[in-house]
Amino acid sequence: MKTAVLVFPGTNCEHDVVYALESLGADAELVWHRDTDLTSFDGVVLPGGFAHGDYLRTGAIARFSPVMSEVERMAASGRPVLGICNGFQILCEAGLLPGVLLQNRDLKFICRPVHVRVEQTNSILTRAATIGQVLEIPLNSYEGNFTATTEEFEALEAAGQVSLRYCNADGLVDGQSNPNGSMGNVAGICNAQGNVAAIMPHPERAIEDAIGSSDGRILLESFVASLEAALV
Amino acid sequence: MEVTVTVRRRANIADPAGTAVSKALRDLGYADVDEVRIDRTINLKVGGADAADVEARVREMCERLLANPVMEDYDIEVRP
Repeated sequence: MKTAVLVFPGTNCEHDVVYALESLGADAELVWHRDTDLTSFDGVVLPGGFAHGDYLRTGAIARFSPVMSEVERMAASGRPVLGICNGFQILCEAGLLPGVLLQNRDLKFICRPVHVRVEQTNSILTRAATIGQVLEIPLNSYEGNFTATTEEFEALEAAGQVSLRYCNADGLVDGQSNPNGSMGNVAGICNAQGNVAAIMPHPERAIEDAIGSSDGRILLESFVASLEAALV
Repeated sequence: MEVTVTVRRRANIADPAGTAVSKALRDLGYADVDEVRIDRTINLKVGGADAADVEARVREMCERLLANPVMEDYDIEVRP
């Protein structure tokens, strides 16, 4: 089972993602954004960073990178597609997930651990976790403020596509625990099928207690499990 | 032809940068500034002799890349 970890010009989290996946026993390979053949891969991760400098809008140019037609093919055929941070932004711009990521409410780049609560276990990102589980994971972003049209947002909620919400250490989801103004405290969502998922904080930076938290493991384990077995 | 595209954040989407600027203006003594919104201007030089055709192509560029319809509207001004 092999995962493609995409590298756009300006991506900077790809090595951490490869390290994290390999530490979980999965095979991962870096793939440059101009590559147009992902047929030898079972899943794909779009990592964090500043693809194309975030020029025009974050993710707006990356969504047209040559490799994205393969990402779309994998998404349509039910393969696991995971976006982390900038990857979340790219998947939204590409229309593979609804909504958009705006500037953080307080106009500050947020770089600190946050807590997220698992809302649903129906996605490639959360299937190994438990509903209500609270995870501490680092957030590192300026455009992490998720928003969608009212109709889109209501549809997301109704269909159980909100996978993770910002919360406090006790799992309380409220305004105070929302670091960036994200609609509904949304920290992660998935598509209707559950095979395309995205998260704003960085699980690959929470895989060992030595770096502050290993809470991210359960999310990446979910992804690795999805390489072998599609969601029912 | 020269084309100017103005991309505006939709009215129902908060504009924190505009809010920060309006607060700064009020701090400078301009008490009657109620609202500031900061838009984006994109200037293009596009080939073609027909203004309507150029506008249609730029509209397509806006729909595909230059604006994100979830959060932005746009205006196009073609100057033949």
